[in-house]
Amino acid sequence: MFAWSLELAWLIVLLPFAAFALIGLFLHRWPRLSAYLSILAIGLSFGLSVLVAAHVFLGGMQETFEVSMRWLAMPGLNVDMGLLIDGLTAVMLIVVTSVALLVQIYSWGYMHGDPGFSSYYAYQSVFAGAMLGLVLANNFGQLFVFWELVGLASYLLIGFWFGRHSAKNAAVKAFITNRVGDFGLLLGILFLQIIFGTLNFSGLAAEVAGYTNTAILIVVSILLLAGPIGKSAQFPLHVWLPDAMEGPTPVSALIHAATMVAAGVYLIARAFFIFSATPEVMMLIAVIGGFTALFAATIALVQNDIKRILAYSTLSQLGYMVMAMGIGAMTAGMFHLMTHAFFKSLLFLAAGSVIHAIAGEQDIWKMGRLKDKMPITTWTFVIGALALAGIPPLSGFWSKDEILLGAFAGGYTGLYLLGTLVAFMTAFYMFRLIFVVFFGSGKGVEKAHESPPVMTIPLIILAVMAVIAGFVGSPLMDYAFARFVTYPGAVHYEASTMVIAISSLVAIAGIGLAWAIYQKEWINHLQMRERFSGIYTLLYNKYYIDELYHWLGQRFVYGTAKALFWFDIYVVNGLVNGLAALTGGAGKVLRYTETGQVQTYAAYMLAGVIVIVGLVVLAGFALLI
Amino acid sequence: MIGFQHYLLLATILFAVGIYGVLSKRNAVAVLMSIELMLNSVNLNFVAINRYIVTDQAVGQLFALIVIVVAAAEVAVGLALIISIFRQRKSVSLNDFNLLKW
Repeated sequence: MFAWSLELAWLIVLLPFAAFALIGLFLHRWPRLSAYLSILAIGLSFGLSVLVAAHVFLGGMQETFEVSMRWLAMPGLNVDMGLLIDGLTAVMLIVVTSVALLVQIYSWGYMHGDPGFSSYYAYQSVFAGAMLGLVLANNFGQLFVFWELVGLASYLLIGFWFGRHSAKNAAVKAFITNRVGDFGLLLGILFLQIIFGTLNFSGLAAEVAGYTNTAILIVVSILLLAGPIGKSAQFPLHVWLPDAMEGPTPVSALIHAATMVAAGVYLIARAFFIFSATPEVMMLIAVIGGFTALFAATIALVQNDIKRILAYSTLSQLGYMVMAMGIGAMTAGMFHLMTHAFFKSLLFLAAGSVIHAIAGEQDIWKMGRLKDKMPITTWTFVIGALALAGIPPLSGFWSKDEILLGAFAGGYTGLYLLGTLVAFMTAFYMFRLIFVVFFGSGKGVEKAHESPPVMTIPLIILAVMAVIAGFVGSPLMDYAFARFVTYPGAVHYEASTMVIAISSLVAIAGIGLAWAIYQKEWINHLQMRERFSGIYTLLYNKYYIDELYHWLGQRFVYGTAKALFWFDIYVVNGLVNGLAALTGGAGKVLRYTETGQVQTYAAYMLAGVIVIVGLVVLAGFALLI
Repeated sequence: MIGFQHYLLLATILFAVGIYGVLSKRNAVAVLMSIELMLNSVNLNFVAINRYIVTDQAVGQLFALIVIVVAAAEVAVGLALIISIFRQRKSVSLNDFNLLKW
């Protein structure tokens, strides 16, 4: 139907990059024009993505579309640049371009008057372009290039207000933490090239299927897994994501929903054939994901910063997705990624609207009763939170249920119970936030006002998406999502009424508990805090993970640095300075031969002549003999 | 009978005396004179070799004449230099001619 759109798919990547180049080179003096161009580029990308998705989903495209050309050729390593379009790619294209487009429109209002308006849009463009290049990549080499570009763009945007010390530190932290994971990913990719001789996904899929050396496969999988752990902020490399909210709030929305953390989950889905080849690695992925989900949810229970709560909820939901991958429910994981992208970007943008309205305040206890002043923000936020909590029939309900069903029916009872517990916590901390910020009994903030339409309209669109996006994977539409985003040997479980009922009940219970504590104040939360002060402090300080890393850094990195410093000062510098001193010293000694006395020089000449004559004579004798 | 070896011996002695003079005399004029001594010992060698070894040509004598001419010119330049230095330093001692020092 729209087959021609596949031929133009390369434009989806190129347009944002072209916008970036044009803004960076020519338009940085005209902020409005920069923004128009950037929004136009991502808008066109979105349009093309819709056509591609329409072709894939509605046109019933069965085979994958792949074009490729050689980019780098050398003995033993060929890197291609290409496009790979299948159901998975199409979903990601829609998610990335739609969220990026709405975030860019929203940013028009949020970033209005910022001195770096132009460069902000340039970075936004390169961020979106890098992510689109990543999802369209048909081989690991290209994927890695765009993977790093995503990291670079996130660094630029997190540190966008680099005048603030905390933003600068957060940007560096995000970049370095990601480097740790990327290092593993790069090693894994090189291993793949060495073992299988190709980096192409379909080529690798064929090779891995016939490969029997499990030990090597496990090593490679774990190395590859390091990339998603860093990018998708799984434990123990999760520390950068909560700090990444130092960037402008629309950037947080983009990072948390579509362009950054989604890359890791997408990589696991794209390389699912490698991970699923070894049950041990799958178990590891499931455990990491499940642990992260629980770990982050507990932290989110006690945070006071509106963006920090959302950041930990993102961590928790990413843990959900990774856990879904680990238990083999790849489709459910991707489904949750999609729905999460809509409602989490909605939540972040709404939070940005709140922060924008009350002059940069982020502490939830200094807000209150905002529903009267900002009705659109409030109700869109509530819709996002309901979707996140998994209340039927909103999008989060369907995707979360798919994951829980996968865990339950797949026999992972422990992970199923853990997931249900996390669902309860999610509902609780989200509605704790809502009751404190938007309802509550507080006196409210005087100067709060509703945001301009350029900000509220994206919120409304995302709210609609947060409500309806889940239906594509629901029984109501005959699991349409699972038909296109799938993998060989996918198992489909029939919906279980028990799982649905329990997950809905715990979500409602979580909301009810939050309502009882923070709205009705039947239970005084300050007294609770006193009684469990030990746990509270532990959670509030995020299990002291940052402090632990800081301590380790101090101990080991700083210690190593000290040793290397010593080596540098005494060995490297010693060598260099020693040579200089030797030359200087030799000069000092030899200069005493230069007396200025003509007769001394004459004596040297005589000595020289004697030596030469002597040599000639000796040589003459030698010749005679 | 005085032979070739005697000429060579005399020339060597003269040359050695000249070197000694060049290296040891502190008076610049004396050094110049010692150089003349060395040049003359060489002339003696030229003439002697011309007489005893390369007898059919007068090359050695010719060279001796050239050396005498060059030596005369050299002495003229050398003395002019010494006078010029003397005007600057009020001395002809080589110990005072040490401007080329480190």
